[in-house]
Amino acid sequence: MFGPIVAKPGSSRKNKTGSWRTESKPKFLQTNCIACRLCVLVCPEGCIEGLEKNSFHCDYDYCKGCGNCASICPKKDIEMVPEG
Amino acid sequence: MREFLEGSQAIAKVVSLCKPGVISAYPITPQTHIVEGLAQLIADGKLNSQFINVESEHSAASVVLGASACGVRVFTATSSQGLFLMAEVLFNIAGMRLPVVLTCANRAMSAPISIWNDHQDSISLRDSGLIQLYAENIQEAVDWHLLAYRLAESRNIMLPAMVCIDGYILTHGVEPVDMPEEGEIDRFLPEYQPPYKLDVDNPITLGCLADPEYYMETRFAIQETYKDILASMPQLFKEFGSIFGRSYNFVERYRLDDAEKAIVAMGSVCGTIKDVVDELRKKGKKVGLLKISVFRPFPYQEIYASLRSIPKVAVVDRALSLGSFAPLVSEIKALFFGKKKTPKIVSGFVAGLGGRDITKDSVKQIFRQLNQREVSGKFVDLKPELLQDKI
Repeated sequence: MFGPIVAKPGSSRKNKTGSWRTESKPKFLQTNCIACRLCVLVCPEGCIEGLEKNSFHCDYDYCKGCGNCASICPKKDIEMVPEG
Repeated sequence: MREFLEGSQAIAKVVSLCKPGVISAYPITPQTHIVEGLAQLIADGKLNSQFINVESEHSAASVVLGASACGVRVFTATSSQGLFLMAEVLFNIAGMRLPVVLTCANRAMSAPISIWNDHQDSISLRDSGLIQLYAENIQEAVDWHLLAYRLAESRNIMLPAMVCIDGYILTHGVEPVDMPEEGEIDRFLPEYQPPYKLDVDNPITLGCLADPEYYMETRFAIQETYKDILASMPQLFKEFGSIFGRSYNFVERYRLDDAEKAIVAMGSVCGTIKDVVDELRKKGKKVGLLKISVFRPFPYQEIYASLRSIPKVAVVDRALSLGSFAPLVSEIKALFFGKKKTPKIVSGFVAGLGGRDITKDSVKQIFRQLNQREVSGKFVDLKPELLQDKI
C-alpha cells in the first residue's frame, strides 16, 4: 500500500496557494500609479502584472497577502484591506 | 559453490552478485571489510558499480537515497555510531519508499566507546520503517541479502531492508559458505524495475512536504505494507528454497515441539544456544530454542504459535531500552496479553552487551533461572565488583 509519496510537477496549477492568505489582501487603487514596477519586483509569488500606469493588479489565486507590494509602493497606491 | 570465507568477504561477494549500480559507505569497525571487499572488486574490474566515497555515514545514506530515487539498485553498510548518523536519512528512505539494502554489522553504542557486538544499534532503529533480518551464521548473512533485495524491491513493498549481522562474530569469523551462483541469483532477483524514479524527461518530486491533510496516510500505508510482507514472505521462502536449496522462515523452531523450557534469541548467539540445547537434551532435559530471524515485520503469529504451549520461556535481549523492559521481551510479552494459552513464565534476560561473551555456561544459567520466579531485565554475567554507589 502506498500513501501520497510521488508529486507530479505543476501542482500549483491545481493547488491555489492564495488560500494560505489569512488576514488581508492588497487592493490596487489604480489612481496614483506611476508604473515603477516595484510591486512586481518584490512580489514573492510573482503574481502581480501590469504594463501601463494604473493597470497593475494581482492574481488572488496565488497572492498570500504578505503586504510587500503595499509596503514598497512609493505612491501608496496599494492598500491592504481585510479579507472578504 | 562451497567456499571458505570471512563473513565480510562473503557478504561483499553476494552483494556484488546482486549487481548494485551505486555503493556508498564510510568506514567503521566492524563493518569496514564489507565495503573494502566491494571497493576491491570494483578496482579489479570484477564489479561494474560506482563506489562513491563520502565524508560521513549521513552522506553515505544520502547518496544511496539519491541513487535509489534515480532508479538504481544500491548498497551501503555501517555499524553503531555510523548507523545513528544515518538515522535521519533512513527514516526518509523508508518514507520515500526506496528499496535500499543496508548491512548493519551490529556493534554496541557509545559511551563508553565499544567496538564489540550487541544489538543496541539496529534495535534502536526498529521504528524507522526498515525491514530487519538477523543472521545466525555467515550462510544466513549471505542468503538474507538476497531475500532483502528481493523483498525490498517487490512492487507492492518498496521499503528499505537492513540485514543485521553480529559484529566480529560474523563479520570477521570464517566459515564454509555455499555461495550462490550468478545464474541462480539472476533467477531469484531480476533486474530492478523502479515503479517511480527521478527522471528529467518525466519529472516528479519525492519526499516533498506533506501537510496534516496527507502525512498520516503515508505512515498508515507503510504499516499496512508490513502486513503484506508477512503475507508474502512464505511464498518467497519457498521460491528461495527451490532455487538455492536452503529453507528459511520468520523464526526457526529448534527442538521446541515437546519443550518445557525455551530460550528466544536473535543472531549468532543462537548457535551457542543450539549446542547447549543438544547437551541438555542428551541429559533428558526438555529444552529448546526459538530463533527470531525476521524482527521487522514482527512475526506475531509464528512466535505465538511456537511458544504458547511452552510453560517457561526466557527471552534474551542483546539490547536495552534504558528505563523500561528490553525491546524483544516487551514485544513478546505484549503478544500474549489477552490470549488464553500462554506460557506461565516469560522471563527477560539482558546478555552480551558490548561484546561480553555469551558462553554455554551463560545459556545454562538462563535455563536454570527459569526454575525460579519470573524476572524481567535480568543481566547475565554481570560483574558486581565493577559497580559502586558513589563516584
